[in-house]
Amino acid sequence: MIELVSSSRCIGCDVCIRVCPKDVFDHGPGRIPVIARQEDCQTCFLCEAWCPADALFVAPQTTPAPAGSRYRDEEALAEDGLLGSYRRELGWGKGQAPGAGDDLSHVVIPLLH
Amino acid sequence: MSHEPAPITSAPADDQDTVLRTDVLVLGGGPAGTSAALAAAAAGAGVVLADKGWCGTSGAAASSGVGVWYVEPDAVAREEAKASREGLGGFLADHDWMDGVLDETYSRVGWLAERGYPFPVKEGGRQARGSLQGPELMRRLRREVVRARAKILDHSPVLELLQDDDGMVTGATGVHRQTGRSWTVHAGAVVVATGGCAFLSGGLGCDVLTGDGHLAAAEVGAELSGMEFSNAYAIAPAHSSVTKTAFYGRASFRYADGTIIEGAGSARGRSVIARTLLEQPVYAVLDGWAPEHHAWLRRSQPNFFLAFDRAGIDPFVDAFEVTMRLEGTVRGTGGLRIVDAECATTVPGLYAAGDAATRELICGGFTGGGSHNSAWALSSGTWAGRGAARHAVADPATGRTGRPAGTVGLGPVASAGTGGPTAREVVQAVQDQVQPYDINLFRTGDGLAHARGVLDGLWSEVRGGLAPADGARGAVRIREAAAMVAHARWMYEAAARRTETRGMHKRQDFPEQDPAQRHRLVVGGLDTPWVRVSPLAGESPAAPRPESALGAAGGGTAAVAA
Repeated sequence: MIELVSSSRCIGCDVCIRVCPKDVFDHGPGRIPVIARQEDCQTCFLCEAWCPADALFVAPQTTPAPAGSRYRDEEALAEDGLLGSYRRELGWGKGQAPGAGDDLSHVVIPLLH
Repeated sequence: MSHEPAPITSAPADDQDTVLRTDVLVLGGGPAGTSAALAAAAAGAGVVLADKGWCGTSGAAASSGVGVWYVEPDAVAREEAKASREGLGGFLADHDWMDGVLDETYSRVGWLAERGYPFPVKEGGRQARGSLQGPELMRRLRREVVRARAKILDHSPVLELLQDDDGMVTGATGVHRQTGRSWTVHAGAVVVATGGCAFLSGGLGCDVLTGDGHLAAAEVGAELSGMEFSNAYAIAPAHSSVTKTAFYGRASFRYADGTIIEGAGSARGRSVIARTLLEQPVYAVLDGWAPEHHAWLRRSQPNFFLAFDRAGIDPFVDAFEVTMRLEGTVRGTGGLRIVDAECATTVPGLYAAGDAATRELICGGFTGGGSHNSAWALSSGTWAGRGAARHAVADPATGRTGRPAGTVGLGPVASAGTGGPTAREVVQAVQDQVQPYDINLFRTGDGLAHARGVLDGLWSEVRGGLAPADGARGAVRIREAAAMVAHARWMYEAAARRTETRGMHKRQDFPEQDPAQRHRLVVGGLDTPWVRVSPLAGESPAAPRPESALGAAGGGTAAVAA
């Protein structure tokens, strides 16, 4: 579930409010979006993929993280290289080539047969 | 077509509600909906596309990596492709429709390549076009829809269709959930591409898929087919939404003490996993992959590893608990019945595409993965969009204005002081009937009868009016709850009738396939669901013949320049 909107990284572009297919975010004070309906989050990671500032973090669990969880600790997440990690995997970061070009499914899937 | 696209015009409205008039309205903006919008626009129609979420991230494909049923136009390869799942599907698919989808998919995927989709390059320099990464695909399809000058209404769930006195569908109405305002689009034809229904079961990208389009279509008289094939479940780490099953093809499944569960597997052994899960937890390790494969898997499906990397699990070494999440008619094959090569429904002016439409024509009663579904989305979307455009141009929208045709789950109508259950309570109650493996996966006549009784009661509650909920978002939740009850009732109406085991429909009390039941089941109705047998011969709609002639692309996958 979405656990973090980093106010230090957020550039107030509202992309997450627009692109979230489950309408989880609302406008917040200082143009920083707030997680208004966390229980609706479907853990699809797409807000992270679209955030141009690597300011969001979606935890892998489908239930909310407990208070004090490292999934809400911006410094720890940054240290672990997790902020923006999905965007990098997709090759959607600045100056990157789309990761779809590296898809090896045509090699992997035949190994299943 | 010499028709001038009808300009998308706004009519005066109160409170800045949106009122538009156009040729073709597409409901849903996944691969099917965007394909429909593009085909309709290419045929000269004005197009509005309304998505419940955001066209580009909404739907089952957007967050996934998905295979696509892309087969070179080689007679032997095509025959093998068609034969590969025929038995699994219970011999209910139609060879002409499979040919049509293989041709159209080949053409559509070729078009994606032309438009710059970055397909990986194989040894020898040819592109590998059998796999699509959802985020990349949908980002590009949205861009194409914008470029085609279709108007996109995001965060605009449909609530009900419009229908005129002749029974013609003339548009739809809904709400914009971020502003609370309503929208109405009057159109010459409507394409339902709202996806399947996964009952808010938490599968990747599937919680937007609640069967809203099926309910709206049924309210104007549309029929459904194959709804007994609605019990697809996907393996996922128990903590996670990531329902991507392919890599479990080289997993071992284990009890808590680490011993192997005999017979468990991601394909035919999935029933063994489900049976074990009824009693105790199940763990998996992807230990059948050699170390040199690990990086390949990561490059192929980066989203698959988010669930592990972020939880500190090495899935190739560590045993992790798994579950099976219901994917309903998203991966199941049931949906709106289509009656011709343009994906028309039985209702004039109404077309269906993608997972919202039945996929029995190419899959029969089983889909083992996304490849057929994505191929079907791209193909049926294209055909439905083209058909809707032709219909709209022949009978322009300007002449018709219908009335909202919805009858259930619309607005808080609970009588004062009493109040029905909340939408959340109804959803939970539906889930209790459709998610348990011992009701929906391992079906019995008694189990289905009991579930149908519960669902009939829920339908009465929904009919009577649910507890009022706040604003546009509340209105959508009530409608979703109604749609899921209706969906579950159609599923079990058909499942009760099919007294055999075929495709994914497994009757414990009728474990054999019955040659006398090699037919399709058509269902419909709201207050009193009905079911009838549809023989394969005679009632199969004529298959589409794609405009793009097979082999026109020069045969084979194009080499990548430089």
